[in-house]
Amino acid sequence: MLNFADSKLEQIMQEEQEDILEQITNSDYKYGFVTDIEADEAPMGLTEDTVKFISAKKNEPSWMLEYRLKAFRHWQTMETPEWANLTFPTINYQDIIYYSAPKQKVAPNSLDEIDPELRKTFEKLGISLDEQKRISGIAVDAVIDSVSVATTFREELSKVGVIFCSMSDAIQEHPDLIKKHLGSVVPATDNYFTALNAAVFSDGSFCYIPKGVRCPMELSTYFRINAANTGQFERTLIVAEEGSYVSYLEGCTAPMRDENQLHAAVVEIVAMEKAEVKYSTVQNWYPGDKEGKGGIYNFVTKRGICAGNHSKISWTQVETGSSITWKYPSVILKGDYSIGEFYSVAVTNNFQQADTGTKMVHLGKNTRSRIVSKGISAGKSQNSYRGLVSVAKNASDARNFSQCDSLLLGDKCGAHTFPYIEVKNNTAMVEHEATTSKIGEDQIFYCNQRGIDTETAVALIINGFAKEVMNQLPMEFAVEAQKLLAISLEGSVG
Amino acid sequence: MLKIENLQARIEEKEILKGINLEIKPGEVHAIMGPNGSGKSTLASVLAGREDYEVTGGSIDFLGKDLLELSPEDRAKEGLFLAFQYPVEIPGVSTTNFIKTAVNEKRKYQGLDPLDAAQFLRTMKEKMKLVQIDQSLLSRSLNEGFSGGEKKRNEIFQMAMLEPKLAILDETDSGLDIDALRIVANGVNELRSSNNSFLVVTHYQRLLDYIVPDFVHVLYNGRIVRSGTKELALELEEKGYDFIKAEVEKETV
Ligand SMILES: Nc1ncnc2c1ncn2[C@@H]1O[C@H](COP(=O)(O)OP(=O)(O)OP(=O)(O)O)[C@@H](O)[C@H]1O
Ligand SMILES: [Mg+2]
Repeated sequence: MLNFADSKLEQIMQEEQEDILEQITNSDYKYGFVTDIEADEAPMGLTEDTVKFISAKKNEPSWMLEYRLKAFRHWQTMETPEWANLTFPTINYQDIIYYSAPKQKVAPNSLDEIDPELRKTFEKLGISLDEQKRISGIAVDAVIDSVSVATTFREELSKVGVIFCSMSDAIQEHPDLIKKHLGSVVPATDNYFTALNAAVFSDGSFCYIPKGVRCPMELSTYFRINAANTGQFERTLIVAEEGSYVSYLEGCTAPMRDENQLHAAVVEIVAMEKAEVKYSTVQNWYPGDKEGKGGIYNFVTKRGICAGNHSKISWTQVETGSSITWKYPSVILKGDYSIGEFYSVAVTNNFQQADTGTKMVHLGKNTRSRIVSKGISAGKSQNSYRGLVSVAKNASDARNFSQCDSLLLGDKCGAHTFPYIEVKNNTAMVEHEATTSKIGEDQIFYCNQRGIDTETAVALIINGFAKEVMNQLPMEFAVEAQKLLAISLEGSVG
Repeated sequence: MLKIENLQARIEEKEILKGINLEIKPGEVHAIMGPNGSGKSTLASVLAGREDYEVTGGSIDFLGKDLLELSPEDRAKEGLFLAFQYPVEIPGVSTTNFIKTAVNEKRKYQGLDPLDAAQFLRTMKEKMKLVQIDQSLLSRSLNEGFSGGEKKRNEIFQMAMLEPKLAILDETDSGLDIDALRIVANGVNELRSSNNSFLVVTHYQRLLDYIVPDFVHVLYNGRIVRSGTKELALELEEKGYDFIKAEVEKETV
């Protein structure tokens, strides 16, 4: 049975088929341009002075600087994790610029005063900073390199009590909320990259949905890396108070460069009783070229806590970019009857490597989690699913269902599945299913015989494969994401 | 419509088609019969452009074009359709979406605008009636979990949607119950006109009671060894292939 959303989606997707074809034949990575804009940068390298420099640039209160310095000192005692199924050269942390902000001629007081060059950059990326041109109610926080340059619909949202602003503004304007929640889900000491992020994070978004409010529009952050030799370290915090709801989307792109660039982000979500947060990501960082040169190293820690009973956190991710992806959006199911979901499509092509998955930590009673992971590997890429389902001693009647499917294009790529299950309560029900399949030549030929060329056939087949996850995305983004899948796999068959 | 001359093809060094000659004129229905492994599906695949088969000799003219020069998708868009003996499954791709893509690819090739949702739905409803296929089947993933008969019916439905000039049906009748057989045959007969042609591969005379062919050919060991009218099919039904095999052996000695 087709429900309305499905058939509507299908219709939209169908209408986009033309575009997909065009884009497949056209371009490789279409976001690879560089904006020529003067930047205000920190000196290269990382010392306590760098941390102080960033904090000073942002005019931060002393408690924030203290937080950063503590994290930095801890980071210095740590080592890069090596357990993931990834190989890459050692990162020299002294070769990176940790702060780079586009110089705006005047500090913009309103959206109208934004540097036209920046406005153009985002327009080229399909992101409008013009509130008049809103696409079906999506508020955007636009982050370029180390700073947020604009956040749309702040005023309109504030009318219902929703706070949506850059992290820098939040630290100035809502210090109590930040002090209370920042690092409460992902402590600075959690891992190597969270410590680094806590020390040098420069911007990101803050969303606060008050009690009982259903956020009237989609919130989104668009991350753009522009400057060379910089790293991007953003920090996102979403707090959903009792009975509230928000759907949040994150997108990202970067120029094509021969050097690798580091992106180490932290996202934290807090969902109180009966609150629901839906977090979707379309990750399209520059993946490197066909020989594996360049691309973003994407080391991200995302975690949500279902703090209250009957709360729900749902992660949906479409990962097509980055030369390396290391990312495990997780949910701590603390409240009774809380629900955690993870829907993922990870595509790797050429020399890309992805080690991604989730952790579902069942602490409360009657908690539920659902994991649907679809890995698509092509070229010489390596695609790993790594997932943990743990059920604590007191978490009675916990349920988990995991489905991990891999699709291989060609025979030089790899798909791997690493499920970890730790159950300490015998009322738990944990189910794991995994499949691996290949796009068959007979499937391609069947499509060809119906007049569908090979590239379109592959797009059709992979979108079919990924459908269950794509259906979770807000409709406007599902179309974009579908195109992206096709483009990422361009030239990998035939 | 189609003119095959001295067609030879092999797969993995194995010679399968050893010089096929066949001409099909617009409006004609040709039936091909022959024992298992004689090369019927191979012929169909070569016509459709399957790359596994290497054409080692001969020529094929399709509507004035050198068929062997065309890619499989262009052959399809030029109006060649193959109803597969074993239709493949494509999980997650709804049958409707698949057919819509196919229809619009063909329209694009012909320089026509794609059908919008309403137009497409209208055409679909019409053709669904023709082959009596259920809506619920079409919203499911392409051929996934379809019964043998449902897959075959879906092939004929796609044929009806794509309106090919030449349709090759490879054992579309096998696995169909009596009613389904009649429905499929009716579907074919509805589409039959003086402008399009059919090449029907079958093992059973029964189908030819419903789809009455203009010519019947017997394929044996990679060659067409007998051609005749529909009476030839009746004779085969009665006597089996042995008498033909015997005759062929005699001739080649
Ligand atoms: N991939 C392959 N490798 C080797 N031999 C093959 C291959 N495909 C087909 N053949 C052989 O080619 C011959 C012809 O096969 P084909 O499928 O054309 O026969 P058919 O006349 O359609 O038979 P049936 O009536 O059983 O459908 C058979 O001997 C078959 O085993
Ligand atoms: Mg056959």
